[in-house]
Amino acid sequence: MRVAIPSPLRSYTGGREHVQARGATLAELLADLDRDFPGIRFRMIDEQGRIRVHIRLFVNAELARDLSRALTEGDDVQILCALSGG
Amino acid sequence: MASRSPKKKSVVRSRTARKPAKRPKAARQPRVVLLVGTRKGAFILHGNGARTRWRTEGPHRFGEIVNHIVLDPRDRTTLLCAARAGHLGPSIFRSTDMGKTWKEAAAPPSFKPAPPGVVGDAVQHTFFLAPSAASEPDVWYAGTSPPALFRSDDGGVTWRGIDGWNDNPLRKVWCPPEDQTPDGSIMHSILVDPRDPTHLYVGCSGGGSFETTDGGATWRPFNEGVEAPANPEPFPEYGQDPHCMALHPLRPDRIYQQNHCGIYRIDRPATLWERVGRSMPAEVGDIGFPIVLHPRDPDTVWVFPMDGTTVWPRVSPDGKPAVYRSRDAGKSWERQDRGLPREQGWYTVKRQAFGADECDPVGLYFGTTSGELWMSANEGRSWSPVAAHLPHIYSVVAATLD
Repeated sequence: MRVAIPSPLRSYTGGREHVQARGATLAELLADLDRDFPGIRFRMIDEQGRIRVHIRLFVNAELARDLSRALTEGDDVQILCALSGG
Repeated sequence: MASRSPKKKSVVRSRTARKPAKRPKAARQPRVVLLVGTRKGAFILHGNGARTRWRTEGPHRFGEIVNHIVLDPRDRTTLLCAARAGHLGPSIFRSTDMGKTWKEAAAPPSFKPAPPGVVGDAVQHTFFLAPSAASEPDVWYAGTSPPALFRSDDGGVTWRGIDGWNDNPLRKVWCPPEDQTPDGSIMHSILVDPRDPTHLYVGCSGGGSFETTDGGATWRPFNEGVEAPANPEPFPEYGQDPHCMALHPLRPDRIYQQNHCGIYRIDRPATLWERVGRSMPAEVGDIGFPIVLHPRDPDTVWVFPMDGTTVWPRVSPDGKPAVYRSRDAGKSWERQDRGLPREQGWYTVKRQAFGADECDPVGLYFGTTSGELWMSANEGRSWSPVAAHLPHIYSVVAATLD
């Protein structure tokens, strides 16, 4: 399925704004992304499996708070970054 | 190309065998580069031989918070950069071509996953990078926030936790997570005994300093005689707040620390720290972040005092920035402010933002919270600006290239 990559993470995808990845859950999808783009997962998910505080994962425009969120082929996954401050 | 006759090969090292033999050069100063970590990336300043001109190159890791960028003094090639972007988790980046290209560590510092039901720690920042002793060429240590210790055995590519510290049940007793150090409590000083790299000291803000003699398997507090802030007991076993610690490579039994509660020195095997900052002028005090050693004289040390009175403004006392030098291991101090602003100078120099090169006379370099980089080519007697308008400076390392 198609995954939208935010600008802070595009150094991992060679500048691509959208990439393809597979997985029955968000966790699997992120693992698949990390196989193609090593290191990208750890910048979003900490070592305890928690979504980092300024990362937002959306599935079909709905905020996903849990990596166990199920996915089906054709879902639209967006990764967004949210940060305020200077 | 030079011919490679057997005769030549027998007398010329293989690394240089393809080049004609060079004439021996006149004695000259080593080439210095300044590695500057800032809140918005890293900068590398290349100096000429006389250290009178500097070319600023960068930013590297643009937009990322760079707490430390360090050149391996053992191979003078491997550059490690501890960075995190505002949105993204922390990592370590590695370059072997002075920053032309960077490659991320394959396994950056991270805690082990916690057992189910337990809230596990996550590295928020890698704050401090320390090459180990010369006898361990590819070994590095990294100190993080929350205060934890990681080690790489392959030049910074992969990192693993030092279990004796990270999994130690006393870790959070010694360094409580609720410590309110800005940006989180940190492990900021990792000192490796060059005679025995299993002997280390670490410094943790809001926790104190700690010692191991078995490579990190076991630790003990190392704070005797050091005052602790915010503690009803003035000299507890732990809970001190070292800001920066330094061990002299030529006299590894001597350690200095700039602490939240003054400047201290110890000469092992003594166990009692001495507050040598008591001899600083009372109107200046002995509070500050960094402390810098002379590369060849263990009695000479520099500090950059800040205002630690009233509400702790943490800027140059009275708006008059100055370096203080001791040449007698802290018994007496002299002010070195020629060239620095005479008034209305309200910056702070962070704990990793003051460094010395290996030249003779020693060059000193400090970066400010206001993005200015200053240097002295004469061991502090006079100062001149090297760069201005950089982002908030977190670290300055003066590295020797050759």
